[in-house]
Amino acid sequence: MSAAGDPLLRVEDLRVSFSTEDGLVQAVDGISYELGRGGTLGIVGESGSGKTVAALSVLGLTRTQGARVSGRIGFEGRDLLALSDEELRRVRGEEIAMVFQDPLSSLHPLFRVGAQIVEAIRAHRSVAKVKARARAIELFELVGIPDPARRVDAYPHELSGGMRQRAMIAMALANEPKLLIADEPTTALDVTVQAQILELLERLQRELSMAVVLVTHDLGVVAEMADHIAVMYAGRIVEVASAERIFTAPEHPYTWGLLQSIPTLDGPREELLEPIAGNPPSPLAPPSGCRFHPRCPYAQPEHARTDPILQPAPGHPDHRVACLLAPEVRRRLWSELREGRPPEQAAAAAGLPAPLLPSAAEAGV
Amino acid sequence: MTRYIVRRILWGVLLLVLVSALTFVLFRILPTADPARLRAGHNASPKVIAQIRVDLGLNKPLITQFWLYMKGLFLHFDLGYSYYSGASVRSLIFDRLPATLSLTLGAAFLWMAIGLPIGIVSALRRRSRMDRASMGTALVFVSMPEYWLGLIVLYLFAADIGQVKVFPGAGSYAGLTSDPGKWFSSLILPWLVLAAGFAAIYARVMRGSLIETMGQDYIRTARAKGLPERQVVLRHGVRAAITPILTIFALDVGVLLGGAVLVETVFDIPGIGRLNYDAITHADFPIIQGTVLIAALFIIVANILVDIAYAYLDPRVRFS
Repeated sequence: MSAAGDPLLRVEDLRVSFSTEDGLVQAVDGISYELGRGGTLGIVGESGSGKTVAALSVLGLTRTQGARVSGRIGFEGRDLLALSDEELRRVRGEEIAMVFQDPLSSLHPLFRVGAQIVEAIRAHRSVAKVKARARAIELFELVGIPDPARRVDAYPHELSGGMRQRAMIAMALANEPKLLIADEPTTALDVTVQAQILELLERLQRELSMAVVLVTHDLGVVAEMADHIAVMYAGRIVEVASAERIFTAPEHPYTWGLLQSIPTLDGPREELLEPIAGNPPSPLAPPSGCRFHPRCPYAQPEHARTDPILQPAPGHPDHRVACLLAPEVRRRLWSELREGRPPEQAAAAAGLPAPLLPSAAEAGV
Repeated sequence: MTRYIVRRILWGVLLLVLVSALTFVLFRILPTADPARLRAGHNASPKVIAQIRVDLGLNKPLITQFWLYMKGLFLHFDLGYSYYSGASVRSLIFDRLPATLSLTLGAAFLWMAIGLPIGIVSALRRRSRMDRASMGTALVFVSMPEYWLGLIVLYLFAADIGQVKVFPGAGSYAGLTSDPGKWFSSLILPWLVLAAGFAAIYARVMRGSLIETMGQDYIRTARAKGLPERQVVLRHGVRAAITPILTIFALDVGVLLGGAVLVETVFDIPGIGRLNYDAITHADFPIIQGTVLIAALFIIVANILVDIAYAYLDPRVRFS
């Protein structure tokens, strides 16, 4: 899944845990991925899957929360996890920038947005305030905020949700980072504004040729933008492939579930959306074996004992999946599901023995 | 904004009238010593007492008395005359104000200078030994009554009765203009005693407020854009966390300007609080009425100032 040349970002076996009063929470449990220069990786998963923690850890933003982080985060050959706080500070906002979910709470309520951008610039370059302000206005123009010279003096609460997120993006772009991490950048916005923000991100990525990690719970969001997609479940990557493969030939039952819960415009009106049964597992006590087995309609008894590892799908070395079902069975299941058959019928057609439905019910629908 | 302030001031005036009416009614109706009898001294004949009652206007109906009082107050800022000494209440209060101001403002400076840094460091090193130690100490100081603490420090450090004779003791207060050196040294112990409890409260409030602020999304943003941690804490964190502190600060100072009764009494500082305390022991109603009114005035002014300050501190606040 690497783009041309050395990858810009190479995350290897990243593990992040927090000790809480209830015990150790393993939020991210050994994930690895790569992202080439100018490429886009979508990280998709439900809330609680560890995707946000994984993204924050790249910038070392989990350090301050007392997280234990291990593994390696290679960025242009340096291991970000090994950097000192001060070295990491120089990377933040300069080489790697981040956009967050809720622009209202992510912008400081007491400072003008322009001043917050000026601060971002001056954290890394010694330029006069006047020059930094001119740059802020330029950035506002770049992200499509009308009347930028006036809007830089607005307070966050004086802007609309979409404008606020544009301002956040302008702030992230202030120092022309090589990598932009966008954590659910559209989730807090109105549907009509969501599309605009995604278009904006796409345009900026093209114009500035930066790499983007797009973290979202919504496969629809990454569909157009990402060239690769990693699907996370319970702190792990369960499937990673090119965006095209994820949408046309997904291999993991969880990915199927995600895909089937997206409404399609061309599908029949009465088409039922299949939600994934149950809730994400507690990170305090993840299920044994395959972590998805309590919610998987195709789970077999041994799946509760064996822990699957990411393995290439036959014939597609770049497409890796962590599933204990045999590849032929998976392909059969997906083709049945694509025909619109419900999971039980698909399982029967693929010749699977009766699934572990009791435990799927235990997962609490 | 001007309209808002004018409206707040008018409400404040109305509130002061209500406070006056309430104290008026309370002290006349509740069974207290008869001021006329007190004024007349021992073994006074009923005739003398009746004469004094007429002189003080106590024979008029309560509502008339109140009307006359309000008239004098609004037309001449006349707060009446002490039943006991006959001195003008207004001039008594103005005479006592500098001592109370000195005590309050000095202590306020101290408790902010001590409490806030401790609160900030405690918030940043949460659950550290330093945090536990300072919050434990704060709890002790919060729990100590200030008159008790006052007596203890006098016993330990006062120049006259102390075990270690370092600071001037009770009753050594001198005006700032008459003897600045003595003014300062005589106030050291009262300042410390008055500031101790407040510093403890402020440290705890600052700690709580900053801990909450440091968990906000915008602090994460400040870190994500590569600001040095110092700037993240001071400019982004403390700036937002300090707003609740300023609110209680203005109100606390307002209350104390109305008289730090306990500390002024223990250290025998001739302030408003001491004046009030003496007036209560003598049932000197005009002075009580005057000091209560002044105290209410300070609190109302402090409240208005807090509201105005908020508009400058937080752009989201708009007057309506």
